[in-house]
Amino acid sequence: MAPIAMNGRAKVRRTSRQRREDVLTAYLCLLPWIVGFLAWTLGPMLFSFGLSFFRADMLTGSRFLALGNYKELFTEDPLFWKSLRVTATYAFVSVPLGAALAIAVAMLLNQNIIFLGFWRTVYYLPSVVSGVAVSLLWLQIFNPRMGLLNGALKVLGITGPKWIYDSNWALPSLIIMSVWGVGGNMLLYLAGLQGIPTQLYEAASMDGANAWHRFWNVTMPMLSPTIFFNVIMGLIGSFQFFSQPLIMTGGGPNNATLSMVLYLYNKAFLQTQFGYASAIAWVLFAIIICFTLLVVRSSNRWVYYEGEERR
Amino acid sequence: MTATAAASESKAIVSVGRSRSKRGKATRAVLKQVLLIALAIPGAALFLTPWFWMVSTAGKDTALIWHMPPVWIPPVYHWDNYIKAFRMGEFAMYYRNTAIICVLNVIGVVASSSLAAFPFARIRFPGRNALFLVVLSTMMLPGQVTMIPLYVIFSKLGWVNSLRPLIIPPFFGDAFSIFLLRQFFLTISRELDDAARIDGCSRIGTFFRILLPLTRPALGVVAIFTLTYAWNDFMGPLIYLNSPKWFTITLGLRRFVGKTSMDVQYLMAMTLVSTIVPIIAFFTTQRYFIQGIVITGVKG
Repeated sequence: MAPIAMNGRAKVRRTSRQRREDVLTAYLCLLPWIVGFLAWTLGPMLFSFGLSFFRADMLTGSRFLALGNYKELFTEDPLFWKSLRVTATYAFVSVPLGAALAIAVAMLLNQNIIFLGFWRTVYYLPSVVSGVAVSLLWLQIFNPRMGLLNGALKVLGITGPKWIYDSNWALPSLIIMSVWGVGGNMLLYLAGLQGIPTQLYEAASMDGANAWHRFWNVTMPMLSPTIFFNVIMGLIGSFQFFSQPLIMTGGGPNNATLSMVLYLYNKAFLQTQFGYASAIAWVLFAIIICFTLLVVRSSNRWVYYEGEERR
Repeated sequence: MTATAAASESKAIVSVGRSRSKRGKATRAVLKQVLLIALAIPGAALFLTPWFWMVSTAGKDTALIWHMPPVWIPPVYHWDNYIKAFRMGEFAMYYRNTAIICVLNVIGVVASSSLAAFPFARIRFPGRNALFLVVLSTMMLPGQVTMIPLYVIFSKLGWVNSLRPLIIPPFFGDAFSIFLLRQFFLTISRELDDAARIDGCSRIGTFFRILLPLTRPALGVVAIFTLTYAWNDFMGPLIYLNSPKWFTITLGLRRFVGKTSMDVQYLMAMTLVSTIVPIIAFFTTQRYFIQGIVITGVKG
């Protein structure tokens, strides 16, 4: 088998003309993407970065402010700080909570449970639905007067809070709602668990490890790259959360659910302060870059794929 | 070879020795399944409750909606709520717009992304690693950074309040799809390419005659992801579309909230209907869908 393949390789050994043709083919194939990248990504990015140093609205024209927008954001804008706090709270509560639940469900489903497909579908299904549909549905569930949640609490003899209409409960409500969407993470953890070699568990059992020890000494270490990657990706996603507060609360009550992107959206498209909004976008971008660097630093995942390429 | 044979032999001996406890083992397996299912049911019930509530609410009449405590199963299920709501909310228009966007996005993304993924998987050319790094970085870039300039550009081009800003950019490739397709292309043996090359096939010919036919499932994954994403997209339409005649389903649903303040059943009926296409897309391609999610690390 091998010698024949080598022979084949030798026959198609590249002459320099072929090489040039290859490079040309490569760049012709990439041309649409390169043009698109310049037009829809790199160009707008530079434009946005520049814009963040200007006062720019659609009506009055623009004026250079240097770091004025950033200075205003950090020193004179309590709403910005509020949105940063809201977003960070949402991200750092909902993501670990979601990860813990997703791992728990994934471990349950990884025990050779019968009807695996059914359970997996039940847990995953909410994740295929649009944020708008989820928001509209939960708007009814959270309704203090006729909603499902307070109806259920009433049966237990508890008078439920006003959920999204109460500034103390609005953000927790959105976090509760986010749990309904853990199915996507659950699938990723399930795949991670299925990738753990069973010999490791067998070896641990032979050495007398019980289920608890096996969990902490085999499952957790083997799953930790997956957990790390998913948590960081989850944080990146959560820092961009937008449609739920826009649809359900409009950022209220009393700005209790004003996320950074919602604030950015309001500044850009309701008040047409494009420069100021761009500055918010770049602060958000800086935060997301920090998370991204964490992923790249621990690039187990990418390394794995690179290894596959050379196989 | 001999080692495994010996191992299986010793296993056989052990199993003979334990044959008496076989029944005990079977009982334990059944008990384990019962326990697992007992653990899975409460969570599953909680996850299904909102769905059930949505279906139930959609068939109620207004009086029943405001009934406290909540009624789980309406005595009469008003199927005509769905038809009434569809007409009331001008949903035919929204579905048409969404369908146009979805179909064109699927065509655009599949064509341009597979073409871009091909050289990353198959050709050695200067700048490949740098360009691939750019693809990966684009995946991480939050859309908010480019949102405002894109709006300015599209409004200068006169594209705002038309479907063009939602249709045209996908024809230039999508980073996630390029990444996903490259991963799939790498799983196809290069020897097939070499064989075709010996038979006189050009470089680009191997893409059309070998890679594309062999990675049809992967193209399906990209198509389904693109479809689901376009179907569920809210921020893009929200920014670029002003007049209701161009609204997509997500925008239409939001507009419908204002029209149904008390008659929530109509809103729930239309919300439920809007989820059918993504759900069907998921079910028909479940196996590949899950594979795609696992490879990209993106949750659909």
